[in-house]
Amino acid sequence: MNNDEPLQMPPVPGGPTGSAGSQDPPGSSKKKRREVLKSFIRKASGRDEELTVEQQIRRRTILSFAGFFLLGGAAWKAWFLLKDSPRGRGTGDGVQEPLRKGLNAGEDVFKHTLSPDHLARVYPRSSATTHVRYNGNAGLSAAGFDAGDWKLRVTTADNRQLSIGIDELRQLPKTEIVFEFKCIEGWSQVSWWGGVRFSDFIRQYHLEKEAAMAYVGMSTPDKEYYVGIDRASVLHPQTLLCYEMNGQPLPMNHGQPLRLIIPVKYGVKNLKRVGNIYFSNERPPDYWHERGYDYYCGL
Amino acid sequence: MKKIVERHPLAIRWMHWINFPVLFVMIWSGLLIYWANDIYKIHLGSKTLFSFFPAAFYKALNIPYRLAEGMAFHFVFMWIFFLNGLFYVLYTVFSGEWRYLFPDRRSFREAWGVVLHDLHIRKTAPPFVKYNGAQKIVYTAIIVMGLGSVLTGLAIYKPVQFGWLTRLFGGYGNSRVFHFILTLGYCLFFLLHIFQVIRAGWNNFRGMVAGFEVVDTNGFSAKFADGGNAEDAKESNAHEATGENAKSADGMNTKDANNALI
Repeated sequence: MNNDEPLQMPPVPGGPTGSAGSQDPPGSSKKKRREVLKSFIRKASGRDEELTVEQQIRRRTILSFAGFFLLGGAAWKAWFLLKDSPRGRGTGDGVQEPLRKGLNAGEDVFKHTLSPDHLARVYPRSSATTHVRYNGNAGLSAAGFDAGDWKLRVTTADNRQLSIGIDELRQLPKTEIVFEFKCIEGWSQVSWWGGVRFSDFIRQYHLEKEAAMAYVGMSTPDKEYYVGIDRASVLHPQTLLCYEMNGQPLPMNHGQPLRLIIPVKYGVKNLKRVGNIYFSNERPPDYWHERGYDYYCGL
Repeated sequence: MKKIVERHPLAIRWMHWINFPVLFVMIWSGLLIYWANDIYKIHLGSKTLFSFFPAAFYKALNIPYRLAEGMAFHFVFMWIFFLNGLFYVLYTVFSGEWRYLFPDRRSFREAWGVVLHDLHIRKTAPPFVKYNGAQKIVYTAIIVMGLGSVLTGLAIYKPVQFGWLTRLFGGYGNSRVFHFILTLGYCLFFLLHIFQVIRAGWNNFRGMVAGFEVVDTNGFSAKFADGGNAEDAKESNAHEATGENAKSADGMNTKDANNALI
């Protein structure tokens, strides 16, 4: 420390330097002051060749590490601001607001790449598992449910209610798919499903006006489980309203009599026991979104 | 006589220190995701040698039941990880830094020399500019691994949109395996890197923060003046340096390395 030469301070504006050079054009004293300031900064930051090597080393080290720890501290602080930031205003959202914004921005990026040309890979029937995994039974409670009484209720744009029985749906053109079902937990399974293509269903019931809206909402008859899906995904050619699994009517734990199979989404969006369908330009409520998951969930 | 030698450009230092916490968040959030379907094991015949991961490990790190949070962090920080990596590659290419980093034909033989020297089998380290052969290989490999993580990640994240990529890695399940193994690779790299940073000492560590290293020009000129005795000069130089800092060196270095670990 003691071999350090004292730092040259920049002169006080309007001090002796200013009055001495009174004949100079007005710009030059400003220029001079800037020069002095620059050389002060050079010296202070250890970037001046006039300084001894020891001084340069010391000053550059101290300055860099001060910046390093300052930025590190700021990052540390920012991390806790992010981690402890409020989760969802009003709507009961399970994830921190800035992260939700990030997820939604990601959705915007990927939504525009979704095209009916991007099909989920399909497999031969022989690849399909016979032990179809089932995970979760929200909205599938047996109390008060009779598959025989079941009707699909569709709310139209002019607020009418369509009531459609399973036999009516069976009359519509049937589509089958064998694809790799992907759970948000990380497991996946090749499985075989049969039913009505959602876009065929729209056409048959003249719901084109409704389907032009940004989102489709679906829920179980007891409304315990509900999903919201963007228009492009629900109209994707591989999205089906299914009444068959492995060539047999849906079993109870897979949502008898009708479930959604949507290969461009994680399993959480593949609603079992579809009871209600409606259309909206706002995001319909979504069960797992409220528990902190991405709304889009697009694959 | 001491001399300042510029070592790491400011851009590389920034990207290095941005990557460090971001990679940390990616690994941590990846663990939150992996927990939800933690099926990977190491088998020997029918015997399970190790299961990723033991319950105590999860418990100690507070991993269980945080899948949603893990996905949110992972899918937001991935953008930073990706962009930072992309800028790093672009920077090294356009600044010419890649010349110091990219291994050539000699690097592999040189790296072997470095390993032997590090294990105290060989007396002298092979001479090098900026990065030795082993460093060149590892620092290039880590970038290839980063690219691998981005691509396998994309194959898992959007297996329909990027179906061709998922197929390239042998399907959805295999993409996940590769993604996981790459992450183990980072952890291994991290341990090795920290160990080597501690070993290399203060001067080297300061290089990644302040951008310069201090060399002793006496040893430096002697090395170039007398090619035949270069190694000797270097050795005596090393002794000098050690003597000079003997008191503070060990304590200081460990302390700074600890800072790096935080």
